[in-house]
Amino acid sequence: MRIGVVTFPGSLDDGDAARAVRMAGGQAVALWHGDADLRGVDAVVLPGGFSYGDYLRCGAIARFAPVMQPVAGAARAGLPVLGICNGFQILCESHLLPGALIRNDHRTFVCRDQRLRIDSNATAWTAAYETGTEIVVPLKNGEGGYVADERTLDELEGEGRVVVRYIGGNPNGSYREIAGITNARGNVVGLMPHPEHAVDTLTGPTTDGLRMFESVLRSRVAS
Amino acid sequence: MPRVVVDVMPKPEILDPQGKAVHGALHRLGFDRVAAVRQGKRFEIEFDSEMTPELVARVEQAAGTLLANPVIEDFTIHVEG
Repeated sequence: MRIGVVTFPGSLDDGDAARAVRMAGGQAVALWHGDADLRGVDAVVLPGGFSYGDYLRCGAIARFAPVMQPVAGAARAGLPVLGICNGFQILCESHLLPGALIRNDHRTFVCRDQRLRIDSNATAWTAAYETGTEIVVPLKNGEGGYVADERTLDELEGEGRVVVRYIGGNPNGSYREIAGITNARGNVVGLMPHPEHAVDTLTGPTTDGLRMFESVLRSRVAS
Repeated sequence: MPRVVVDVMPKPEILDPQGKAVHGALHRLGFDRVAAVRQGKRFEIEFDSEMTPELVARVEQAAGTLLANPVIEDFTIHVEG
């Protein structure tokens, strides 16, 4: 399975995302923000970082990068897309996911190993987890506060679309401790924590993040 | 030169950590009667041609898609000069 990892100017975690894909058994394909097509990949990862310097709003300018047009089209047609941190912000700015990410309520950058609970395994990116599983992966952001109006939040909860939730304390003021969400179809997932930094014990706190990448490989085999 | 100004503000129901930080700093400077501060953005867009209603409409479209995120921000537009 070929998984594209997009590099925007200012992406930081594209290397780790590609490595996580390989460690999960997939083939990582480098995609460039200026690309007009997706090179026939079977899934796409939008990695963390500070695309276009995070000017204007995080993800606001990346949304209009040439590569995002085919990404958005394919995502609406069911292609698995995972947005991590800045990638989550880009997915929200693109309206592929509802809500937005704003500056952390305590106004400081947070960088720590974060406990999370997988609240739904009914997505392309969490199918390999049991719902209710607790995991620990790094979290590092300045603008990771997830916000949406009450109606949207109720809808997400009601439809089981809150995929990952912070536990052991809310690190950034996210409404309802939401760390990650999915679209109605379950193919597009965005989350603030970094599963790609938790794929081996030499460089990460756990290997809990690896299953996110294994999930998409498995979902592809099953479909 | 004709200019369109777009003012962007966080929606009232959205937390504004930057505004709160400024509020705290004002308080430390002795402005103890400040009730609240909210911080927004102002864009001044200059054109090298005559302003037309169509142009203003296009700026409005740009404001709603790029300059502001309507999920968390409101914007107003006015023409100067």
